[in-house]
Amino acid sequence: MSELNKRETIRPIDFSTKKHYLTKVFPGPFYSRQEPLNVLKEWGRWADYLSPAAYTCSSMEYFAGRSTCAVFDLTPMTKYRISGTDALPYLNRLMTREVGKIKAGRVGYCVWCTDAGQVIDDGTIFHLREGEYRLCSQERHLDWLMTNTIGFDVTVTDETHEVAGLALQGPTSCATLKDMGLAGIENMKPFGIGHFEFEGTELTISRTGFTGDLGYELWIDPQYAEVLWDRLFEAGELRGIKPMGDEALSMLRIEAGFIQAHHEFMPAHETVRASHTRSPLELGLSWLVDFNKPNFNGRKALLAEKKRGHRYNLVKLDIDGNKPANDSFVFTTRKKFVGTVTSAMWSPSAKASIALASLEAPHGEPGEEFLVEIYYQRELKWSRVMVKARVISGVFYDPPRKRLTPPADF
Amino acid sequence: MTNVIIIGAGHNGLTCAAYLAKEGKQVTVLEAAEQVGGAAITREFAPGFKVSAGAHLLYMLDKNVRKELSLESAGLSFSQLDMKTVALAEDGNHLHISGKALQGAMITTSDQSAYQEYKRFMTRFAGVIGGMHNRIPPRVGTRNFSDLLTLAKTALNVRMLGKDDMREFLRVGGINIYDILQENFEHPLLKGALSLDGILGTNLGPRSNNSMFTALHRLSGLQGMAMPKGGMGAVSDALATAARKHGANIRTSAEVANIYMDGDQVAGVELQDGEKITADAVISSADPRTTFFNLLGARNLEAGFVRKISNIRMRGNTAKLHLALDGLPEFNGLDKNQLGERLVIAPDIEYVERAFNHAKYEEHSVKPVAEITIPSLHDDSLAPAGKHVLSAVVQYAPYHLKQGWDTEKAGFTDLVIDTLEQYAPAIRQQIVHQEMLTPVDIEREFRISGGHWHHGELAMDQFLMLRPVPGSAQYQSPVDGLFLCGAGSHPGGGVMGSAGRNAANAVLKATTRGRDS
Repeated sequence: MSELNKRETIRPIDFSTKKHYLTKVFPGPFYSRQEPLNVLKEWGRWADYLSPAAYTCSSMEYFAGRSTCAVFDLTPMTKYRISGTDALPYLNRLMTREVGKIKAGRVGYCVWCTDAGQVIDDGTIFHLREGEYRLCSQERHLDWLMTNTIGFDVTVTDETHEVAGLALQGPTSCATLKDMGLAGIENMKPFGIGHFEFEGTELTISRTGFTGDLGYELWIDPQYAEVLWDRLFEAGELRGIKPMGDEALSMLRIEAGFIQAHHEFMPAHETVRASHTRSPLELGLSWLVDFNKPNFNGRKALLAEKKRGHRYNLVKLDIDGNKPANDSFVFTTRKKFVGTVTSAMWSPSAKASIALASLEAPHGEPGEEFLVEIYYQRELKWSRVMVKARVISGVFYDPPRKRLTPPADF
Repeated sequence: MTNVIIIGAGHNGLTCAAYLAKEGKQVTVLEAAEQVGGAAITREFAPGFKVSAGAHLLYMLDKNVRKELSLESAGLSFSQLDMKTVALAEDGNHLHISGKALQGAMITTSDQSAYQEYKRFMTRFAGVIGGMHNRIPPRVGTRNFSDLLTLAKTALNVRMLGKDDMREFLRVGGINIYDILQENFEHPLLKGALSLDGILGTNLGPRSNNSMFTALHRLSGLQGMAMPKGGMGAVSDALATAARKHGANIRTSAEVANIYMDGDQVAGVELQDGEKITADAVISSADPRTTFFNLLGARNLEAGFVRKISNIRMRGNTAKLHLALDGLPEFNGLDKNQLGERLVIAPDIEYVERAFNHAKYEEHSVKPVAEITIPSLHDDSLAPAGKHVLSAVVQYAPYHLKQGWDTEKAGFTDLVIDTLEQYAPAIRQQIVHQEMLTPVDIEREFRISGGHWHHGELAMDQFLMLRPVPGSAQYQSPVDGLFLCGAGSHPGGGVMGSAGRNAANAVLKATTRGRDS
């Protein structure tokens, strides 16, 4: 190998010294397996982990997610362990929803707010075992979670680096896990959690995901990350398993209609301009806000907002034509500006141009029609069209297999 | 809302009780201690010897409170008025400072005239600060008329200083008293003594920014220093008498264990013995941290507010020394009349700053600063005939001490007495009994979290609409039915009663018009 081609070897990071932040960007526990597969060498940065944007071709990775199964490295997702006698009251003050409804062995979606009722982030609460919770989110929140501990007998531990995670998403995901020898996996219901013996350690699996499809998330001690990857790809070889990067996942989540920080909302703690945040009511998450609880962060402000009316509605748009409406402005049919598109794509599964958009209230009733301003180019020639769009109430793409238990054997 | 509970019968709690009872509210005051007064009490610390256990000089009592509650007819009188300050010198060549002039210590004429000018502008500027004392702090970013009016009045007060004084006010308001005294004076005793105005009862040295603001706040009562007859407890007793006269029910030895809620509303309090008392409103004169964390519970609040409360700077740095003496102490160079004044040990301003240095590193001062009074000279009810009581405010004695107060207290007490001996050589032999209250003792005895007698550092960032924190600065709290009326609220500590009076107004306003936001 010539000197020019010699690359610096990237080694897994030793977190025990607590000096990992000095290395700025570091490889995750699956790096040795991802690196040869990542033919494009396109690495992004997620919470300081190297995270593949795409391995070969994001479209093909997307289709694996919808037609066979795709594997996404979840390790960089922040994971906080929450335990102690006050874990539930603590979470109930922190979260807008009633956390007591998430029984042991179940996962619940949640959102949390500042005192002003503005969304800090959304995430998932894993009720791993009775009274033992794990909170997963895209952004980091240790400072806020610690502030929230005042007055509660609760322990919050950042275990992001102690747990490796893989998402296995797509129609053949269940069959792959079954082939891997995980007996009974087919009986797990959506949002369920199971613990399995695996190579002498514990493998925790939840039937969750960010794709709106049949899928699972696998959680394991990072020391066993490589063997998990190997066993998974071995089992999935004939089931069309493929590694998937961030770009493909992003397409899958827009089709699923899921919101994401920095797209549909700015995390309130990162927002400089106070009016640029969103409340849960403005993100269509009022079903996650339980005013029957006597206290939670943002309750007072949200009650006032409920009375006064909120400023924005987050809607799903079905747009005519096939031109993706990224970053578009939205107008009424009489050409009055009412909002912006937050995420958009041509959806291969829904066979439609779809978008999530934030519209000024009271606009956004299902069926309401708008004009979307799309800029596009053909061979460097730019054009602008005003395309008709309408608000839909359902989901863009909703395969029944995502709910079926046991899932069909593909 | 007719039935209210006030937690704590300190002077602010009693003031608030008196005003609300006067307006026809059914008021119950619950005091944990056996006597009313909180830290404004006179208590026996040795057989036959009594002392004001907290503040020993009265200079800020709200004139409105005094008049409107007829405190004189409720028993308040004074054993001494318009007290002077004596800046003690080790060689006995002391400097005598009165409101009008300086005497002794070979003071120069230039210092004399500078002192006149200093008094003039300090009085004017303190008047601006004092002008805000009797108002409910305005909320920022609101269109509420009374809030806007208060803001406008405050701005007008500053503008009314005139061009030159306004510019000077804006220049000096936020800086340190060291620079101001260096600009104006030469004599070390004068600078040392005046610097105490900026640092007594605070976590500041003369060179700390904001020490000019604390000095102005201290002078903002615009009245001379006085001693109530019977000690500071007499103020509280008069307030209790006034409150009872208007119909308030005051219960002592009734310690509140917690404030309880019904849904998202405050419903009442539970006492240590388990007795539950319901109320339409609970008004706490306890410090904000005690109120919100110990009594209400942080879990009943939203986390952003909890963070603000936990960040209030409220660590005491002041100790109190009480000596029972078997005779009148002899101070070098002072006659009996002069002994009755306010005596200060702050020989120069560097001495004061050096004393503060230790506090930054969780150590007590090696050469402490002291403000000394001998109240028994004016009031023979405080000590047996021929015997005397010495009361001293001593700095710096940080709440958090590296070695802990359990091991350090005896040594620190000795060290303070050593310091006194340099001015009164025979005093140690006269001591019959001694008592030292460190901030930890103050916290325990008066239930003030952190032992800070102002219930939170008096600073520009913890004043007006920022006191104790935004969201609770109008004597209200984020929880419906819970109000604050103590020194932790505007305009802060010192025996004033203004916080109690303003809080009563805020409660009445909330009752008649509901909460406007």
